[in-house]
Amino acid sequence: MKYLGLIWRNAWRKKIRTSLTILSVLVAFLLFALLSAIGYAFKSGADVAAAERLVVINRISLINPLPISYQSRIASTPGVESVTHASWFGGYYQEPRNQFAQFPTVAGDYFAMYPELNIPEEQLEAFAKNRTGAVVGHELATQFGWKVGDRIPIQATIWTKADGGRTWEFDLEGIFRNEDPRGSTAFMLFNYDYFEEARAFGKGTVGWYILRVEPGANPVEIANAIDEQFANSPSETDTSTEAAFAASFAKQFGNIALIVTMILGAVFFTLLLVSGNTMSQSVRERISELAVLKTLGFSDRSVLGIVLSESILIMFIGGILGLGIGWLLVQGMAQQMGAFLPGVYLSPLSMLVALSIMIGAGVLAGVFPAVKAMRLSIVDALARG
Amino acid sequence: MKSINQIIAVTALNIRNLPQRIGGSLVAVVGVAAVVLVFAAVLSMAKGFERTMVNAGSTDTAIVMRSGSTAELNSGLSNEQVLIVTNSEGIMRDGDEPVASAELYVVVDIRKKGTNDDANVPLRGVQAGAFDVRKNISLAEGRMFETGKNEFIVGRAAQSEFAGLDVGSEIRFGQINWQVVGVFEADGSVSESELWTDVRVLQDVYRRGNSFQSVRVKLENEAALKGLQESLAADPRIDADVMTERDYYSGQAQGLSQFIKMVGYPLTILMAIGAVFGALNSMYASVTVRGKEIATLRALGFGPMPVLFSTIIESTLLALTGGIIGGGLAFVVFNGFRVSTLNGASFSQVVFDFAVTPDLLWQGLIAALIIGLVGGFFPAIRAARLPVAQALREL
Repeated sequence: MKYLGLIWRNAWRKKIRTSLTILSVLVAFLLFALLSAIGYAFKSGADVAAAERLVVINRISLINPLPISYQSRIASTPGVESVTHASWFGGYYQEPRNQFAQFPTVAGDYFAMYPELNIPEEQLEAFAKNRTGAVVGHELATQFGWKVGDRIPIQATIWTKADGGRTWEFDLEGIFRNEDPRGSTAFMLFNYDYFEEARAFGKGTVGWYILRVEPGANPVEIANAIDEQFANSPSETDTSTEAAFAASFAKQFGNIALIVTMILGAVFFTLLLVSGNTMSQSVRERISELAVLKTLGFSDRSVLGIVLSESILIMFIGGILGLGIGWLLVQGMAQQMGAFLPGVYLSPLSMLVALSIMIGAGVLAGVFPAVKAMRLSIVDALARG
Repeated sequence: MKSINQIIAVTALNIRNLPQRIGGSLVAVVGVAAVVLVFAAVLSMAKGFERTMVNAGSTDTAIVMRSGSTAELNSGLSNEQVLIVTNSEGIMRDGDEPVASAELYVVVDIRKKGTNDDANVPLRGVQAGAFDVRKNISLAEGRMFETGKNEFIVGRAAQSEFAGLDVGSEIRFGQINWQVVGVFEADGSVSESELWTDVRVLQDVYRRGNSFQSVRVKLENEAALKGLQESLAADPRIDADVMTERDYYSGQAQGLSQFIKMVGYPLTILMAIGAVFGALNSMYASVTVRGKEIATLRALGFGPMPVLFSTIIESTLLALTGGIIGGGLAFVVFNGFRVSTLNGASFSQVVFDFAVTPDLLWQGLIAALIIGLVGGFFPAIRAARLPVAQALREL
């Protein structure tokens, strides 16, 4: 620490060079922040899924419905605490590009199933009471400027009404938030009863069931028990934990995660090269100075430390700045496009990874020149100077 | 003339002694190569995806779906409505029969090869006209499915990506066993990501009664589309969207390809800025190292312009070298790289190949050129302004 002043002054010896290096480090970590936030969105919330919740879908595929009659049979399976259901509505607001998720469900049951979703008590009651009521997540409400009391027309892409209409109108009764900052709130919930009564076809079915297992119960056993119950029926089921379900859905996007990783790899390779080169350059130019330091009695260790610290310092200045700007941009992105790409989030884990990369890259970039500086023979160096 | 000769002379000198400064120069080259590589790789994903989607659509085939449905998966048409469409004016006929195919589109879970993960693979029920309403599509292996039987043919791309789809094998969806009887090819288009079976069989298995989701019709000519749109709009028995197959597939491609571009271009610009910093750094270093040389040249009577230009040319050449390396790597590694991903618009898998196209490589080289020019400009000015006397004294 006592050498901090020396390190600082050394780093700024060549202002242009150091600034340029810091800027390129900044760019690299800005990229890191943006890419890992987008990569997070592709995990489809696998991290926020709860292990005590199971999802029951049609074995053939998610798009095939399940009979509503399954609800009571699932509920009576030993170890199941509570069950609710939801369906995919697939509508949009005003224009097709404003597509977001809407789920017809049972108001009280759904919020009981997802305690992390917070909604004022009176809003929930109003929602349950009003047949054409709906609630939306905070992200959506911000994006479209909706307020409680608004009447929101949603254009259906699948579910035409029995009267042939495609416009479903809902009264906005409440706005919910997600306690977990990683969880998306870019969706709308409305009453299944209204959906069931007004739709032209598909009556008596739901999209999927969500159930909570009793504390201490084995989710895998319960999942098997449910699937066995419906085996060889016209609608066989596939039950998995919410986490496994989210993860398998995320994997449908395929190698995108791999490609993002490869890009990050390329970026960091470049970053290391640029900063590593700058560091070794600046040490080479300073060989006689370092020799003077050693003549003055600085130990080999101190010289090593000074050179290495300088490289880590440069990496940190650029890295923290880049990460900070990236964080701000990600916040903005989450606000602006939450409805289209839900779950954009810069996780603490990614930030930790970024910090360790800063240290690692700083050490890697500085270690060769630093060792060279440490091994410097005073006589040779001064003679060369 | 004299100054051009001087520029050539100084540049040649510069390039000849490049090997002495190879470390710093390599950094600039690698930096630019990384930019072009990432640019070409990311954008080749969008290109490949668009190619796969747009290839599938012809402009003289119309697709009719229930109005507002945005994708086949969401749509629904009754048998009566299908007949209204196929008996409209302007539809090509083969003898007495209209060239048309009413189809059902469902999704089945099939394992992705080399993973334990299920993917949403489209299973399409088609009528006999399916091959005639599409272009460049043909049976490549095995035989056609027979009507009324639980058998299907598989697209070449789907077969290469998903497990258990070899001709002759059996696969189970729900409670039904299906037989894979053939493979079809469609010029790498999105149809190749699908499995095809008899639409009647699919209606039965999925309990869809006598309903369909879309009907494709071959138009007599491209102009007939308008007539079809008008006559269906006027018919109270049907409420449908009519568009060319090409427009439909371009619409389906938009979401994902715009997303890739929205990520890809800003990413490239950011990386390019990073590379400019790298190039500036190494060119400044190069000017510093060559300080004595430049001063000597100036003392010998060379003007500041040749020095300026030679520095810019050096940096541009380095950047272009990087660009060529990056573009070449992108082409070798990524061109034809096959992936499958979930297309949100159809909620099903699309198999496509990355396409590192000449125009992508060209754009990459232009980016490299810009990086080189910017990265060389400021150091070049410093080189030109180098105070001769002082630089020589440092000798």
